[in-house]
Amino acid sequence: MPFAKHPLVQFFTSLKLTVVLLALSIILVFAATLNQVHLGVWGVQEKWFRSFFVWHDFNGFLVPVFPGGFTIGGLLLVNLVVSHVYRFKMSWKKSGITITHAGLILLLVGELVTALYQEDFQMRMDEGETKRYSESPRIVELAITDITGPDWDQVVVIPPAHIKAPGSVVQHPELPFTVKAHYYYPNSALQMKTQAPNMPESGADKDIGARLAVAPVPLTYKDNERNLPSALIELSGPSGSLGKWLLSPWLIDTQRFDYEGRTYEMALRFKREYKDFSLTLLDFTHDRYPGTDIPKNFSSHLRLVNHVTGEDREVLVYMNNPLRYQGLTFFQQGFDNNDTTTILQVVRNPGWMLPYIACLMLTLGLFVQFGIGLYAFTRKRKARAATTANA
Amino acid sequence: MKRLFSLLVPLLVLALGVAYLASSLRPHKPGGDYDLAAFGELPTLLNGRVKPLDTVARTSLLQMQERQTVRTPDGQQLEPIEWFTRLVFSPGDADGLQVFKIMHPEVLALMHLTSEDGDDGRRYSFNQLEEHIADLERQVQLAGSVEAKKRTPFQSAVMQLYGNLTVYQQLKYSLQDPERGDFLTTLRGFADNFDAGVAAVRAQAAGQAHDEKAAAAILDHARRFQFIGEFGKLLVVPPPAGAADPLDWKKVGQSLMTSFEDGRIDPAVLAWAGMGHAWRNGLPAEFNQMVALYRDRLTATYGEAMAKTDVETRFNAAAPFYTSMVLFVAAFLLAVFSWLRWPKALGRSAVALLSLAAIVTTAGIATRMWLEGRPPVTNLYSSAVFIGWGSVLLCLVLEFFYRNAIPTAAAGLIGFCTLLVAHHLSLSGDTLEMMRAVLDSNFWLATHVTIVTIGYSATFVAGALGILYIVLGVFTKLLTEPVAKKLTGMVYGIVCFATLFSLVGTILGGIWADQSWGRFWGWDPKENGALMIVLWNAIILHCRWGGLVKQRGIMNLAIAGNIITSWSWFGTNLLGVGLHSYGFTESGAVVLGGFMLSQLFFIGLGSLPTGLWRSFKSAASRGPERELGDQTS
Repeated sequence: MPFAKHPLVQFFTSLKLTVVLLALSIILVFAATLNQVHLGVWGVQEKWFRSFFVWHDFNGFLVPVFPGGFTIGGLLLVNLVVSHVYRFKMSWKKSGITITHAGLILLLVGELVTALYQEDFQMRMDEGETKRYSESPRIVELAITDITGPDWDQVVVIPPAHIKAPGSVVQHPELPFTVKAHYYYPNSALQMKTQAPNMPESGADKDIGARLAVAPVPLTYKDNERNLPSALIELSGPSGSLGKWLLSPWLIDTQRFDYEGRTYEMALRFKREYKDFSLTLLDFTHDRYPGTDIPKNFSSHLRLVNHVTGEDREVLVYMNNPLRYQGLTFFQQGFDNNDTTTILQVVRNPGWMLPYIACLMLTLGLFVQFGIGLYAFTRKRKARAATTANA
Repeated sequence: MKRLFSLLVPLLVLALGVAYLASSLRPHKPGGDYDLAAFGELPTLLNGRVKPLDTVARTSLLQMQERQTVRTPDGQQLEPIEWFTRLVFSPGDADGLQVFKIMHPEVLALMHLTSEDGDDGRRYSFNQLEEHIADLERQVQLAGSVEAKKRTPFQSAVMQLYGNLTVYQQLKYSLQDPERGDFLTTLRGFADNFDAGVAAVRAQAAGQAHDEKAAAAILDHARRFQFIGEFGKLLVVPPPAGAADPLDWKKVGQSLMTSFEDGRIDPAVLAWAGMGHAWRNGLPAEFNQMVALYRDRLTATYGEAMAKTDVETRFNAAAPFYTSMVLFVAAFLLAVFSWLRWPKALGRSAVALLSLAAIVTTAGIATRMWLEGRPPVTNLYSSAVFIGWGSVLLCLVLEFFYRNAIPTAAAGLIGFCTLLVAHHLSLSGDTLEMMRAVLDSNFWLATHVTIVTIGYSATFVAGALGILYIVLGVFTKLLTEPVAKKLTGMVYGIVCFATLFSLVGTILGGIWADQSWGRFWGWDPKENGALMIVLWNAIILHCRWGGLVKQRGIMNLAIAGNIITSWSWFGTNLLGVGLHSYGFTESGAVVLGGFMLSQLFFIGLGSLPTGLWRSFKSAASRGPERELGDQTS
């Protein structure tokens, strides 16, 4: 039996499979759109599109209820590639379809690359403030910094995965003590003990945490809210506990302590990415249409200083006009504090060119294919008209 | 003879259509001796745009009572600008006019009214409502703390009525102070006694002897000016010639507050007060002269803006989309009748009216584009108009190729429905809105939005043709084999076109998103909706190529395309999440649901076994027949 006749190849080259997969993707997209009201756009992406199966929680049992975006997209990709290898015959008449499908393959691959490699950060700056790093809008990290040296700091960063389980202990070669998490709340509320007598105490005995009460709150998926976790961290040296600290991005100041002649700072903060250049917000403007509150334009006037190359220039970031620099793109995302704070979105996406190429191919392919069809149609009509005229 | 008939009838119908169009364009003169047409052209700045008072009058009335004309208690019809003039210059006359639409029975009960008290049982006057405004305010405070989306119908109705009353009152305080009699006299008093008043106030502050009456008078002026400066709605005092910011318009009260610097009153403020004076004292000649003088003054400085307000006022009065709506209905009916009798004469007449409607719609869209300085689609309203326009053009192309009046019928149907949708969308206020910062990009509006919207048009055309196929097939004997074949060819061609445009449009949207937010695809509801249309068209094409469906299957799939497109167009806005969620209401949701159900009904019809289709039943027992509306025979 030739390989092309193999039932598996037959299955994967069938147009029926294409139609079924397209129908499934419509259902997937529709259901995910509805679910977005409750889950927010990020939650939906994780649950429906960047997954092999969509899981539903039936009384604590997770059951796969629908194929996820990776499954459907992957099968479509296989269907497309196998069909072109075994079923399609190259011909000028079908050249448009071939180009279109190639564009589609590229688009699907591009989305996969984006799903796997795109990184999303934020940069929040008050007017006059300079920053050398961007922050993740969602991922946090536990940072312990040795600030004893006058010239340089030694930072140890512990991802939250290591401290999420209660009682988990981290021992790091750069740290002379162990780090133990008593609890980790992925989203939390903090209050001064005195103001909230009914809230559970934080359990901390060091620094500000000793005066705070903390409670876990449900995770939020809203686009304009962030989850702000809290953790109770105990540090222990060889001779016993150094104390318990409450850490949370709610707390703006880092917490400082001394141990064996060295000074450390500790914070649970949004994951940072340091750059070898800095940005200073010179001015933020928010124009409205006269006599209304309708925003006309937001723009951030920035100064960019590259510490390696010595580059020093001013840039203007506004709606539909981002700054592209070192593989990163800075977009005007939002603002705060009475128009004196800018929020820039910082994106790294190594696959950003792929959709552009894919688009060109898809457009060209459809144009060619339907153009061929239209040409044949008009020629047939002319021929028919000619025969009726002669008859 | 027959040829002459087929030529004369369409010409006659076209002439009738043109006459109807011309009658809508003729200039008309509201207000009798008062030149209110010219008054309506005077400009104001509202919601970020310089527009004629006529537009303010119309959009305010639409918002308050869902229609533009006002009926007086003695049964007379008032043009919007006639009502507006009374409201701003002699509010006592306007307060008795029934311009607040209230439908909710509990709101009526709250205001101590019954439907018998209202015009048409639904419209009430300010005088009727005034007594119980305090009760309304209490309910507004209770409802105000509830998030807009979670309000009960009663709460929404309360908020809406209160909002309308506020707009009404704000308009009253826009050109003059309605609580101080003749405003021109007030202003004269202010100017004449300015120096004495200022001196008195200074002396009072220094603890010296002073004219107490003069001091009290000028302080009273200051209070009143400040009040109308805060409460008035319209910015009607343009900046002086050569001002740095030509959009730095002021309210009358705001302008008067600056008069405290030197006692000089801005000529625009005096002009408005003068018009009010003439109106109150029944002096039409003075009124007209005042309007003309003010106009000339403005034209010298703001020529371009004045040209636009003139055109906009005429555009408002001509209501080209209403004209097209009537023409679409006529074209649809003529097309349907052409299948029964005189195919050539009536078919051509239908096409003639459709072409006329297409020209009128095109002119309407072009005028709006010029007024706004924007590509055609900027909000839901303009998308509705544009979808209709795109569908009609596509159908005219089909008609050129097939000549059987079926595309014309489809065009009439879609054109009418989309303009009806547009009319209901226009009830929320001025449809020429400013673009929010994120959308403020003519390049992407012109490419992504326009192309995606044409994709919508095409999907609706395919769906409408599908419906005609099923209705003709099930209920009539007109769906002969050649007709069915032609229809299938049309639907296939249009689906190809729809695929191309919705795909290209969607992808361009992705590129725009990548340019502005750094992600090509964000799974935003509107993006997902567009993607669903692309996928659906792809399904239709693959089904056909794979031979998975025959004629009826393709028609049913095309009709389902209507459901998906309407979801993408409006349904996503109902979710209230995402970047594209702009204005749409509950009643809209009901209509959308009804539309989707009706499409399911047609799909159900289309799925009936062929034995129940009149056309197919009779096909066997019938010899060769003429083709439906065949104009080549």
